[in-house]
Amino acid sequence: MAEILVLVDHVDGSIKKVTLELLTLARGLGVPVAVWVGPGVDTAALAEYGAETVVVADSADLLNHPVAPKTDVLAAVVAERAPAAVLIASTAEGKEIAARLAVRIGSGIITDAVDVDADLVATQSVFGGATVVRSKVSHGVPIVTVRPNATSPEASAASGTRVDISVTPAASSTGARITNRVVATKGGRPELTEASIVVSGGRGVGGAEGFAVIEGLADSLGAAVGASRAATDAGWYPHQFQVGQTGKTVSPQLYVANGISGAIQHRAGMQTSKTIVVVNKDPEAPIFELADFGVVGDLFAVVPQLTEQVNSRKG
Amino acid sequence: MKIVVCIKQVPDSWADKKLAPADSTLDRASADRVLNELDEYAVEAALQLAETHGGDVTVLTMGPDEASEAIRRALSMGADAGIHLVDDALHGTDAIGTSYALATILAAREFDLVIFGSESTDARMSVVPAMVAERLGLPQLTFAGKVEVDGTTARIQRVTDYGYDEVEATLPAVVSVVEKANEPRYPSFKGIMAAKKKPVETLSLADAGLDVGQVGLGQSWSLVDSFAARPPREKGTVVDDGGNGGVAIAEYLSAQKFI
Repeated sequence: MAEILVLVDHVDGSIKKVTLELLTLARGLGVPVAVWVGPGVDTAALAEYGAETVVVADSADLLNHPVAPKTDVLAAVVAERAPAAVLIASTAEGKEIAARLAVRIGSGIITDAVDVDADLVATQSVFGGATVVRSKVSHGVPIVTVRPNATSPEASAASGTRVDISVTPAASSTGARITNRVVATKGGRPELTEASIVVSGGRGVGGAEGFAVIEGLADSLGAAVGASRAATDAGWYPHQFQVGQTGKTVSPQLYVANGISGAIQHRAGMQTSKTIVVVNKDPEAPIFELADFGVVGDLFAVVPQLTEQVNSRKG
Repeated sequence: MKIVVCIKQVPDSWADKKLAPADSTLDRASADRVLNELDEYAVEAALQLAETHGGDVTVLTMGPDEASEAIRRALSMGADAGIHLVDDALHGTDAIGTSYALATILAAREFDLVIFGSESTDARMSVVPAMVAERLGLPQLTFAGKVEVDGTTARIQRVTDYGYDEVEATLPAVVSVVEKANEPRYPSFKGIMAAKKKPVETLSLADAGLDVGQVGLGQSWSLVDSFAARPPREKGTVVDDGGNGGVAIAEYLSAQKFI
């Protein structure tokens, strides 16, 4: 059976959940081969989710430059192993790695897939989730980026045999240098695009201090916090938490929208969420059209009550 | 400093968009046309750099005749000149072909920086800047929340999931900006009048030295199999708070096994 390359998304050796989702998906397409760039490879975790082989480019220097060195590694592995497809997480960086790889190896690319069939037909949800497109790469080794939460990770033990590869980045891949990494994420919460539950606040939150209520609910549910563009533009919540057309696209199991009207700008970033709960004081707000369950009311009354309920039901 | 800003005309980002049944490409007639919102931030970033360091700003677009409106918009903001690649053979060109066309035109010119918006609000792939950097063999400084130039070095804050990376490179380089980068100016009346007199160079495929075999719908390396409107979500339950809204949601979440 043909091999399917999966680029491992990890931060300092800690594997992101999306990688396990990609391995799960890859098992349905062929034999999963994980590709690890940088030190600290965790072959056991990758084997547990089905990686038969783990190709390791164990060099810290590859991580000192954005995007391009990972493309160099993938191009080398593609040349060596001639896989049937390459799967990469559909994050900002993942899509850029895929983009460069497509140009480098002369392959077609599909981004933001929410599913990939056994015959490598990818399903995408475009125009803010309003249209579902099925498409296929018709040239070269198909490169598909898959959105986090497209599937649930399922363990299935494989051998996880480590194979080392030595890759010297191309001169043109090291022109951009990372001189500093600044971690601004508030500790403890799951990452926005990976989270199974996202609790978001919008214009109705009224100010930066109002987000304490949103964070309280998020923490009770073990959720990530998101914000609408109205809230991030106003400076109430940091920009990297923006959900919507010009921000992150999320597709969690549960999305709780608080004080968000639901303009297409926002819907485009969350419409594919599995279950949507809405709290808004305006019964005419378009976000209610998406709601599986909605409450018309003041979020400063409803949300704290919900938080208390969640906490007590957990206890 | 010479700066080229790559821009795109898109359907209004606030409108509902559709695909054309005939060839599964974007139905451009289905909504008003605007300059891609994120490209306004790219134009603004270029104008600010040119104001600080001296130099000129050229905007480059590929698109049908009407895309000249997007060029005029950028010129009315203050850009100095425009280049419009327009050719019927370009219809349906994918991201790979677009990056080929843009990179070929850029490679024939002198510049210090190429600046893009981080995504177009129609396709939303965010891949063309990286592809152009790859094709030109230039440093990639993308997803910039902040851009600075110091002598021959460009520095950006690359927005990441955890915060940002500080990334630097020697010019020339390829930059893309997110909307955190600045606040785009509105064209003034004076700017709109001045834009009418600014030079716009119109190029065909042949003028630009482009190979027709690498662009257009027929040369796309990915093909749409089928598309359909997402079935509408089943209508959910909406209740009035009545003092018990939080409890009602908790019961719903409990029934759905979220808590």
